[in-house]
Amino acid sequence: MRNILTICSKEIKSYFVSPIAYLLMGLFGLIFGYFFYSASAYFVMAGMRAQMQGGGGPMSVNEYVIAPLFGNASVVGLFLIPLISMRLFAEEKRSGTIELLMTSPIKDWEIVLGKWMGAVFMYMCVLLMAAANVALLFIWGNPDWRPVLTGFLGLLLQGATVLSIGTFISTLTKNQIIAGAATFSICLLLWVLSWVSSYNEAGWAQVIAYCSILTHFEPFSKGIIDTKDVVFYLSAIFLGLFLTTRSLESMRWRA
Amino acid sequence: MIKVEGLTKRYARNVAVKNISFEVGKGEIVGFLGKNGAGKTTTMRVLTCFLPPTAGKASVAGFDVLEQPLDVKRNIGYLPETPPVYPEMEVAEYLEFVAKLKNMPKGDIAKRIDEVCERAALGDVKHKIIGKLSKGYRQRVGIAQAIIHNPPVLILDEPTSGLDPEQQLHVRELVASLSGDHTIILSTHILSEVEASCSNVIIINNGEIIASDSVANLHKRGKSTETVSIEVAGGDAVAVRQRLEEVRGVARVLSRDAREGLLAFEVEGLEGEKDMLRPDLARAIVQSGWNLTELKTIGDSLEEIFLDLTRAESGAKATTTEGESAAQ
Repeated sequence: MRNILTICSKEIKSYFVSPIAYLLMGLFGLIFGYFFYSASAYFVMAGMRAQMQGGGGPMSVNEYVIAPLFGNASVVGLFLIPLISMRLFAEEKRSGTIELLMTSPIKDWEIVLGKWMGAVFMYMCVLLMAAANVALLFIWGNPDWRPVLTGFLGLLLQGATVLSIGTFISTLTKNQIIAGAATFSICLLLWVLSWVSSYNEAGWAQVIAYCSILTHFEPFSKGIIDTKDVVFYLSAIFLGLFLTTRSLESMRWRA
Repeated sequence: MIKVEGLTKRYARNVAVKNISFEVGKGEIVGFLGKNGAGKTTTMRVLTCFLPPTAGKASVAGFDVLEQPLDVKRNIGYLPETPPVYPEMEVAEYLEFVAKLKNMPKGDIAKRIDEVCERAALGDVKHKIIGKLSKGYRQRVGIAQAIIHNPPVLILDEPTSGLDPEQQLHVRELVASLSGDHTIILSTHILSEVEASCSNVIIINNGEIIASDSVANLHKRGKSTETVSIEVAGGDAVAVRQRLEEVRGVARVLSRDAREGLLAFEVEGLEGEKDMLRPDLARAIVQSGWNLTELKTIGDSLEEIFLDLTRAESGAKATTTEGESAAQ
């Protein structure tokens, strides 16, 4: 455990001594802030119109502002995550520091887990920017806090899954750009996998759609924690980290 | 301390190390000598459990590199060819990270960092960012990280490469100062370094060990004739040359460029006349009333022995496969 924490805290430090952390948080804050602004402005306008027409009960902030915002955040996350994970192993391989890690009395899976946890922590810091926006709703409104929590849990699980895939890809190359681009393509693919089920009802299409990372996120944004989705994310994380460990081991044999 | 038996390492297309065996006893400093691509780095990487051997056995401090890699790693301090430093970290911060990686008890770390910094003369840069240090300092940080957990075995891959002469000297002194309590293998292609700091030499060429002996024994293997360089002042070139040729045991005298009134010659001795050649030459010059300004043996250094050995080897095996070229 101590080894994992050593690696993990080193990763977190190196995110925050470089501009990466601030850049990612800034970018995400900017984009999410824009979404937040337009979602709440739309909500205000729609609310005013409903009042003037004199119809309808009270509108739910959760349904009209928070749920769509989480949807947006999860997509933006898919684009930012490759930037977090691409350096994890590619940088160590390029600079030769991987030799230090792999000749230290520490197991391969401890290195992998430590690095991945560092990346997840970084991603959580990015999500904080979203939380700051959502907190405003609690100051001036009275939304239900439970779907907000599940939404963040969903974002976290989804991000952790993509990070584990990104970590794996980062072990395959010395080049950060290649690692980033490959992870990005795979994220994109995992996102659009769900589209196949919209025009095809066949069994295989359902299976492919099931693999889409985004379909498993939707229930979370609505406040539903479905075991099916949690299991999907956890097993995907496990698979990603397992492949990473194997890939790290194979570096020794392939050399 | 280190035992290697029939070690072979094959990469996809070529064999980097072929069936080598050697042993290093406790407290010895062994120089691993070879041209670039001879298989030095590969051997070291196998010993540090970075790469598994294709065939054969290797053990460090009694632990097998394949069976008990964690125990091997605990007993080794390793400086790879490029020091494995993180440019964004401070020196002390980096050393702390390495100390934790090497499972040092938490309470000892701060004290040990101070010790190691003093030893590697890093005191004044302790809180500087590694990325801003010069190559020499970075190399020393690399050595500091190798010794931080006080391992019984040190493996240093070209510890002086890319350093200026003063830094090289410093690193050599540092290595020498470590010799008491550590078993050290260091690789190099600089021969004077081996002469300066190693007790034993292993010469490796094209993945095979072509000589493994003490430095003193290797010297004895040298040629049985001697070549002497001489500088004489205050004489006539022809006369001096004639006088030199008359000295007993001289086979041939060659004139070299003279400058500022100094006459320079190269004198080759006859076989078996090694011991008395220089004293005889000196006496001859002085007794003739000239000034002897310089007299030294040339060649017969480890350098020549090394070149002889590797040349003979390459000549004999001109058709064997290339060494380590694609190993990286």
